[in-house]
Amino acid sequence: MTYITKPKLHHPSLKRNAVGFTRRDYEGQVSTLCAGCGHDSISAAIVQACYEAAIKPHRLAKLSGIGCSSKTPTYFLGASHGFNTVHGRMPSVLTGAHLANRELIYMGVSGDGDSASIGLGQFAHVMRRGVNMVYIVMNNGVYGLTKGQFSATADKGSVAKKGAINNDAGIDLALMAILMGASFVARSFSGDKEQLVPLIKAAMSHPGAAVLDVISPCVAFNNHKGSTRSYDYVRHHNEALNRLDVITGSAPITARYEPGSMVEVEMPDGTAVRLRKNAPDYDPSDKAAALARIQEQDSAGEIATGLLYLAPGGGTLHENLNTVEAPLNRLGEADLCPGSAALESINKSLR
Amino acid sequence: MEETNIDDPNYFLRVVDCQWACPAHTPVPEYIRKIAHGKYSEAFMINWVSNVFPGILGRTCDRPCEPACRRGRVEDPDTVGGDTAPVAICRLKRVAADYKDDVSAQMPRAPALIGKRIACVGAGPASLSVARDLAVLGYEITLIDHNPKMGGLIRTQIPRFRLPERVIDEEVGYITGIGNVHFDNRSVGSLKGLLDEGWDAVFVGSGAPRGRDLDIPGRDEGAANIHVGIDWLSSVSFEHIKNIGKRVIVLGGGNTAMDCCRTARRLGGEDVKVIVRSGFEEMKASPWEKEDAIAEDIPIINWHVPKEFVTEGGRLVGMNFEIVRAEYDDNGRRKLVPTGEPDAFIECDDVLVAVGQENAFPWIERDIGIEFDPRWDMPKVDELTMQSSLPKVFFGGDAAFGPKNIIWAVAHGHAAAISIDRFLKGEDVRERPAPMVNIVSQKMGIHEWSYDNDVALDSRVAVPHLPKARALSDIGAEVELGFDPELAWKEAQRCLNCDVQTVFSASLCIECDACTDICPMDCITFTRNGGEDDLRSRLSAPALNTEQPLYVAGGLDTGRVMVKDEDLCLHCGLCAERCPTGAWDMRKYLIETAQAGPPCRNN
Repeated sequence: MTYITKPKLHHPSLKRNAVGFTRRDYEGQVSTLCAGCGHDSISAAIVQACYEAAIKPHRLAKLSGIGCSSKTPTYFLGASHGFNTVHGRMPSVLTGAHLANRELIYMGVSGDGDSASIGLGQFAHVMRRGVNMVYIVMNNGVYGLTKGQFSATADKGSVAKKGAINNDAGIDLALMAILMGASFVARSFSGDKEQLVPLIKAAMSHPGAAVLDVISPCVAFNNHKGSTRSYDYVRHHNEALNRLDVITGSAPITARYEPGSMVEVEMPDGTAVRLRKNAPDYDPSDKAAALARIQEQDSAGEIATGLLYLAPGGGTLHENLNTVEAPLNRLGEADLCPGSAALESINKSLR
Repeated sequence: MEETNIDDPNYFLRVVDCQWACPAHTPVPEYIRKIAHGKYSEAFMINWVSNVFPGILGRTCDRPCEPACRRGRVEDPDTVGGDTAPVAICRLKRVAADYKDDVSAQMPRAPALIGKRIACVGAGPASLSVARDLAVLGYEITLIDHNPKMGGLIRTQIPRFRLPERVIDEEVGYITGIGNVHFDNRSVGSLKGLLDEGWDAVFVGSGAPRGRDLDIPGRDEGAANIHVGIDWLSSVSFEHIKNIGKRVIVLGGGNTAMDCCRTARRLGGEDVKVIVRSGFEEMKASPWEKEDAIAEDIPIINWHVPKEFVTEGGRLVGMNFEIVRAEYDDNGRRKLVPTGEPDAFIECDDVLVAVGQENAFPWIERDIGIEFDPRWDMPKVDELTMQSSLPKVFFGGDAAFGPKNIIWAVAHGHAAAISIDRFLKGEDVRERPAPMVNIVSQKMGIHEWSYDNDVALDSRVAVPHLPKARALSDIGAEVELGFDPELAWKEAQRCLNCDVQTVFSASLCIECDACTDICPMDCITFTRNGGEDDLRSRLSAPALNTEQPLYVAGGLDTGRVMVKDEDLCLHCGLCAERCPTGAWDMRKYLIETAQAGPPCRNN
């Protein structure tokens, strides 16, 4: 951690976005994580993405569980709503909040322990229900707060800092999210903001369960030889299937691409997502192919990153439940107590 | 770009903007830290070693360090809650002089004489600097000046209300106190004659003693009430002149004009005006000197070109001025063109002419081997060595390259002293010594540094002034009161410690981005290498100030380079605090410009 706060002085060229904020306005308190933690880079990517997407900070809620990763919401978006929940229970609190007020952007922040161990059940079910959220897993394969035991996402055969070998199969949260029904699934690396920032922006504009499995090296306990989550290992085995450009509003399109190498996907909010394909035959809308490809890369010792799966359509929680559009806190007495005639008519329909 | 060679002492010296801008390269952040710690004597000695006259310069310096100060580039009016401004470096220097203990025991003493005699023409700051640097090496120095006391323009031209005489006496005293420094109160009428006296070397630090006059109609008729500024100031200084008329016109827009008008206010001038040919912004006077003059109810009238002195019955009654405006040609050269308005007549009793100073060397014979540049009728002087074409004659201060200021005179003095020493030891004077660099890591523990890395957000502290009525009633009363220790501490906190450098070791870096993410000024970028222009355009934030270098380091695993734009770095050390591997370290580079003596010689 750092004893001084980050000075408020800033570069004179710092610009304001469409809603009048600079990037620095999206920062939080100074991080108390270990120096060099990948989580801090993800926080910086979230700050950058929210600034670029011109999010109004008070229209976003960040929720987290317990762990190093779940501390990070303190370190970004200091002016947003926040909720530190019980270990592994962030998805249910997020679901509740989303049911009560669908107008906010929900950002769930979790780690591999919080999501793949104690919270695995919650992780699975929140995907099934199509909750409109961005679910970011800061995945370092290790229990950092308890000094470096393997977590459930650690690869089988990887070596701990003190030399122990992991005999258990690792859980691939991206694969699992696709299987469980998430409609936007991506994987990225904390050390590659060029890939990560557009993915966060795209995830925020996706209406449904968007999952980002972000590999985030633990400098203190999982950045050694034999680890499969170290900066070096991930850099050398990172196989990006595609790269995104997120085009909001009427931003001019400047980049040129080889014909056939690019797909444009229109998001429901008018945002266009351009996919630059590194693997020409990879179609992220084909669920079975996506599952197969991720596993093939895994067997080859490579980590597939990029936008792995994007469901063509599908209902969200509110559509499925046919709930009222207005946030509950804005419903008046007349809406909540429609009177005895309304009750009578409901009862009648059930007879 | 090529990788930066941080072993070159000038690389990090450039990053310390204030020290780089100071002609004498005074280690400014080092003494500001001492002031913050209340170690005034140490702060004074750091200054004394570099610039010889801390108390004098702390009041009168032209402060080239302040416009260069990084603080002025990084502040934002919203963040500091006031105007953006550099650190008040000059006035902090004065604090060191005001609050130091007795430092006489720390002053050097002359060793036994080595049998070489040097004459300095003029006893101003350039000659005094030469004397100090060489007396401690065993040379015998004689300062020759026609004024009865040493100090040169410091004593004759700077009014007492800006610089009390006791400060001059004290700081001249430190030099004569070394020993082997003599004062010879006489005029030098012939350089040839002087050389015939058998000196081993001669240093000419005689200043630019001739005030430019204004040859316009009425000059002779009104002569009794028209005075040349610097001569008049000198007469006031030696108390030959004690009063002036009620209505005074001061002609000229430089610092001498400001000293003239403020002095006139104290000698009975009630309606004193400064009248300048150019616009307000183009005036040569330092902004703070203009402010001080305006604060004493002295209007500055611009765009008025003097046309004639008007006399009635042989007595000056006023002046006529042509009113002009500026026009710029295609090359951006300014021309003053009449506006066509009728000439302005301004009444006055006295006029002070402060329209510039000139060098004058009627006493240097043109046939003794000193080459003159015919364009300016100035001796040809080597800018590096201060040597003239006659090897044993050296120049410095205003005498060398025309009017500059005290701190330049000191810098010339240091350079000339090195040359004289090498010359008299038979060594090549063009071979110059590198500065001495002392590098100390500031790391004391995890996230603990031996300097205060927390950046203060306060705006500049104003220096308290004497109430105007009292200041104007006493020509000897110093107007600026200086910072007290508490204000000095507050102002010292604004210094960014630009001498504590961010030093990068690529071999330790794991490219985790922690430094890039935390840097408040977006100075650090990891990217593929490219040409300088290309790199400057695609960093985290554009690097637009080409005066400041890019720090480029290669050898990273990914093949990228680390590029740091030094321009706006706050030296807050957060990059080093967030670095997990110690690839960044904060190291203090104390850079001391070499001075005459054994380290500057080959043997």
